[in-house]
Amino acid sequence: MTIDTLTEKIGEYIKESDSFRDEVTVTIDRDAIIPVCCILKEDEDCSFDFLSDCCGLDRLPETPRFMVVYNLYSLKYKHRVRIKVPLEESDAEIESLTPLWNAANWLERECFDMFGIRFTGHPDLRRIITPPNMEGHPLKKDFPLEGSDTK
Amino acid sequence: MGVTKLGGATVITDSLDWITKWSQRNSLWPMSFGLACCAIEMISAAAARYDMARFGMEVFRSSPRQADVMIIAGTITKKMAPAVQRLYDQMAEPKWVVAMGACACSGGLFPTYAVVQGADEFLPVDIYIPGCPARPEALIDGLIKLQQKIKRDKVR
Repeated sequence: MTIDTLTEKIGEYIKESDSFRDEVTVTIDRDAIIPVCCILKEDEDCSFDFLSDCCGLDRLPETPRFMVVYNLYSLKYKHRVRIKVPLEESDAEIESLTPLWNAANWLERECFDMFGIRFTGHPDLRRIITPPNMEGHPLKKDFPLEGSDTK
Repeated sequence: MGVTKLGGATVITDSLDWITKWSQRNSLWPMSFGLACCAIEMISAAAARYDMARFGMEVFRSSPRQADVMIIAGTITKKMAPAVQRLYDQMAEPKWVVAMGACACSGGLFPTYAVVQGADEFLPVDIYIPGCPARPEALIDGLIKLQQKIKRDKVR
């Protein structure tokens, strides 16, 4: 996937773009995630039919603090794209991608578990890795290594 | 202990406690489960080279209801702890617990939010075996220490 093709398809949503060793990364706003992903999935030249990863990022002390990173793959064309969405700490919430890719279900649960980022419209936003009675979100950079609870 | 003739038969008499403990300690059947790298050493201890069978510990039981000893071989994560507790609760009395390796003894390398800091936080541990991971010789030594403990203590 080249930046030129991406600009042609979703240019109006792209805030920043970057290409490193043929890996293309685009940064978009939170509100654009659903329209952008719809285009990337449905468009004939893109057909990103596989959400290969979705993960969080804590950039403390920078602002905006969080980022959600989506890695898309097309089984048809064997090409990839990375989408980054910055999120403010005070409002770490983003639309869930489960309506587009079922793979998003557990990936978003992991992201919620580790960073506390909430995915609106997710069918089952529970913790997935840590125990249910756990307090806090362990991959946040200000999370104490030995845990916030003493037990 | 005494040997007497009763009719035509030779009868050995001893205290019931002694015989109970003798049979318990010479057929210590471990529960077959492992949590981390110590489990590999435990498997090795059971296999031909170290051969725990020499001491009556050969029968690793897959069912907790048939096991006498729980060898906690590895790191107990907080997510795994309820499952370990449940296995322990399902074992029939008398039962013993051996904490194998640094993680099971004290949390070991992992003083973190995700790891239970020692099996003794929620189970009554009888024997602690140090090592990271504990070698098969250490495990066998620990289980022999457990046999000595059973011999020494009150019958369970």
